Amino acid sequence: MTLISRRALWAPAILVTATTLLAACSSSSSSSSAAGSSPSSGTSSSAAAAGSLKTGLKVFVIPKNLGNPYFTLSDSVQTGGALAALQTLGENGSETSGTAATAASQLPAVQAAITKGANALIVSAADASALCPTLNAAMQRGITVVTYDSDAPGCRSLFVNQASSTAIGDTEVDMLAAELHDKGDIAIVSAAASATNQNTWIGYMKQELTKYPQMHLVSTVYGNDDPTTSTQVTQGLLQQYPNLAGIISPTTAGILAAAQVLDTPKYRGKIKLTGLGTPGAMKKYVEDGTVQQFELWNPANMGYLAAYAAVNYASKKITNTSGQSFTAGKLGNFTVGADQTILLGPPLVFTKSNIGSFNWGF
Amino acid sequence: MKAIITGQPEQVPERVSSSRRLTERVFQIRESGIVVVLAVFVAVTASVQPRFISAINIQFILLNTTVFALLALGETMVVISRNVDLSVGSVLGLSAYLSASLFGHAHGIPIVVVFLAGLGIGLGCGVVNGLMVSIGRVPSLVVTLATLYIFRGADILIVGGNEVIASTLPPGFTGIPRAAAGGLPYLAIVIAAVIGAGAYYLRSFRSGRELYAIGSSPEAARLAGIPVGRRVFTAFAVSGAIAGIAGVLWAAQYQTVDSSAGTGYELQVIAAVVVGGVAIFGGSGSAIGAALGALLLNTISSALYVLGISQFWDQAIAGFLLLLAITLDRAISVRLAAALRSRSARNGNR
Amino acid sequence: METDDLPVTGTEAARSARRARTDRATAWRRALRWETGLAVLVVFVAVLGSATSSEFLTSGNMFNLAVTTGEVAIMALPMTLIVISGEIDLSVASTLGMSSALLGVLWSDHWPMIAIFVVVAAVGAVAGLVNGLLVTRLGLPSLAVTIGTLALYRGVALILLGAKAISTFPAPYSTIGIIPVPHTDLPWSTLIFVVLAAVAGVVLHATPTGRSIYAMGASPEAARYAGIRVKRIKTLLFVASGVTCALAGVLWTFRLDTAVQNNGLGMELNVVAVVLLAGVSIFGGKGSIPGVVLGVLVFAGIQNALLLTNFNQEATGLVVGGLLLLSVFAPGAGSLAGRIRGKLHGRLSDP
Repeated sequence: MTLISRRALWAPAILVTATTLLAACSSSSSSSSAAGSSPSSGTSSSAAAAGSLKTGLKVFVIPKNLGNPYFTLSDSVQTGGALAALQTLGENGSETSGTAATAASQLPAVQAAITKGANALIVSAADASALCPTLNAAMQRGITVVTYDSDAPGCRSLFVNQASSTAIGDTEVDMLAAELHDKGDIAIVSAAASATNQNTWIGYMKQELTKYPQMHLVSTVYGNDDPTTSTQVTQGLLQQYPNLAGIISPTTAGILAAAQVLDTPKYRGKIKLTGLGTPGAMKKYVEDGTVQQFELWNPANMGYLAAYAAVNYASKKITNTSGQSFTAGKLGNFTVGADQTILLGPPLVFTKSNIGSFNWGF
Repeated sequence: MKAIITGQPEQVPERVSSSRRLTERVFQIRESGIVVVLAVFVAVTASVQPRFISAINIQFILLNTTVFALLALGETMVVISRNVDLSVGSVLGLSAYLSASLFGHAHGIPIVVVFLAGLGIGLGCGVVNGLMVSIGRVPSLVVTLATLYIFRGADILIVGGNEVIASTLPPGFTGIPRAAAGGLPYLAIVIAAVIGAGAYYLRSFRSGRELYAIGSSPEAARLAGIPVGRRVFTAFAVSGAIAGIAGVLWAAQYQTVDSSAGTGYELQVIAAVVVGGVAIFGGSGSAIGAALGALLLNTISSALYVLGISQFWDQAIAGFLLLLAITLDRAISVRLAAALRSRSARNGNR
Repeated sequence: METDDLPVTGTEAARSARRARTDRATAWRRALRWETGLAVLVVFVAVLGSATSSEFLTSGNMFNLAVTTGEVAIMALPMTLIVISGEIDLSVASTLGMSSALLGVLWSDHWPMIAIFVVVAAVGAVAGLVNGLLVTRLGLPSLAVTIGTLALYRGVALILLGAKAISTFPAPYSTIGIIPVPHTDLPWSTLIFVVLAAVAGVVLHATPTGRSIYAMGASPEAARYAGIRVKRIKTLLFVASGVTCALAGVLWTFRLDTAVQNNGLGMELNVVAVVLLAGVSIFGGKGSIPGVVLGVLVFAGIQNALLLTNFNQEATGLVVGGLLLLSVFAPGAGSLAGRIRGKLHGRLSDP
């Protein structure tokens, strides 16, 4: 028995050693650095002639996760998102990511993009810091890193913010205050407890609330963007705070779940709901009065802008110092602001009167 | 825990039926145990926060539980026969999207047809599982783990970045979970009836009892002439069909469906089933217990949120309860086995 | 997984022990055939990967591949031993998450890193000990117990960290996902995996303890009657799994430079899939460490290759699921075909 086992061990052992050696020693024709081949230089690299953008750049759009309707809006060609802009500019654009909206799921996609010779990455970070080591290494190798929708502060050249975080925080509270006539208890139904953009917006909401001394934030609960959890935390709020007057849910999954809970004669219209949502998905609740108004931005425009920003940066048309400006195709001119951030514009408010005119798909 | 296998119920000799009566009495005690825990829990929470037992909150809890209770019914049938079905979450997600999207594609489609579509999708998935487990003689843990990946992968491929939105669903459909009479949703009553029927089938019909026998000892069951393959196949097919219907109900309740629906449900359902007294290695337990287990876990979640205890305690408490439940069940089954053995020794068997 | 028929006498025990040994020899031959198949699969994946993408076999890509699957690979090693011994441990990812949370909390409290390592390892050992004691002393089924501890340990992680995410770990640690071991191109997690695999391989294939593990998986009662300390070994295996998962948690946290409560969420099924892919039988008594190494290579290679070739990442699930099915059907293919043929000809009234 021991003879057999020893002999039998050799073959697989040799195989394993061989494979490991192969992996450790083999390298492409280019550098032997740790994280992939150097970025390709673009097929038809137009000389750095004044005013022209490079074409043929390999650009990877990496949303938080694939299969997410919000990112389908922001990235796809049909909706006029990031990939559409890249197509117009003559770049080699593609979308990749993981399927769970976590950093661990997103990271391999980022690494693969770098390996495939990316010139630019457009990333919506599932976690503010987890991607940083990789993104920093990418930038050191000359890859343009632009974040959009959800930032990874300090680890990117530019951040395309869909709306100023202050503006989102302020307008959310202002909208609810207007519906509540400036008084009442309110609560927030958020996404994951550690989501960067959520916490940033909530921070500004709390600041804005100080302007309304008769409104009190009684609780912040976390629905994790999961329908069941979001439903349960909303229901819990209703029981825990019978005098609850309003709810803000700055996440598309959360506002849908909350709307579905409030969509009964008992609560509809009596507890005001607002937040961030997509017009198609929210249409039913606006039309039946569960929600008076909510806001968002145009995700496709956000993606479109991010693509233009990335290509401009990669073509060295702009740097990330404040004050630099560029043209983003059909959207017009944009300027880099503080913290290397480019603002898309003010949030869009949806109400019964205008919700029918948004045919984004959802 | 050996079940005693005989012929038709009416020909059961006296000493065997008294053993069965003892077994059934024990399981009734086990189920009432869950009810007691549930009652104590509700009472304690309600004393701190009376709104916990308000009509609307009871309605919430019951509604949240319906999908899990249904899934628990199907899972019970499978687990009793010493198998496990890990693919229920993926089947639910697939069925939820495909059936609910029919409303958008085929305007005016009758709601019944949509339910039948969900049933069909689930049944198809269940049949695939059942065939592989019964004919392939392959461990169900592996098969259903594989189909968990495969069905979810198919779901993501089909759905892509789309979602079913609430405005495409007719009010008759979305009203199903909401129709209630004073805090008691009609849907909950229907589901309770279905689970009751399922439990009755498992206890009193020969094919149902044979699942218990298979779970206790597959070899003995085979030797006793029980068509093991057919029974196991049916259990998986039914589990799949139930998951399909649960998917349609999920869509009716949450009204927005994308490719992530049902992710992670399988372990929650198994937890509910185990808390409800179903032995993970088969041979004992009841569908009613499993449904009560689902209700208990959901009630605890709701209580945490209502009491304002940090929702971060939810998982730890659920885990602790699970461990408690299986320890208790182990103690019970050991005592019960000893009692049955001494009883049959006294009556001259063996 | 339990046997109802107990050999009562000493000769019967000896006979079944001999049978177990012959079974193991044939099992070895069967396993070797599956491992050969796995090796072929590894080569196939490598060829396919490099054919569809020129970057597949580059050292940089291999580094990424290794780093991404490092923790799953490490966790698969004790899991293999546990499954061979006839149990299962579904709490691995939650132990990872719990140690990640602990690491973050202690670091933000300015504990020295060495002390943190000790505490995290100790907590991992305790976590495994709880599993082991519940399974061996109370006789509870490990599937149910570890589903319970899966929730319990994840819950502890949630309670420890709540909404917080701790990041900015110090430099030598936070770059383990980028910078390889000095003088090589290997990531640290691969080096650790190779060392642990060697240890596990020696223990399983060349020590009496290893033979005992196979024996107790094949027939727990016979093993007990043959004098094997089943309970002690199983408990030790669970403790080893706990410590290993704590180590994986530390690696994960440093690689992502973030301690957050959902670290590793859902990974347990991936670990089980890798172990099953490796040809380890879920019933116990069969499997090998070389198989696990090959299984890890196949799993990692497929995920990476699909990423590079722009197939939907969703296809990974389909491929892994398909391979899992292959791993259970292929060994029994001959008898399966016979059964199907019999069914078609109506010879068998029922399988």
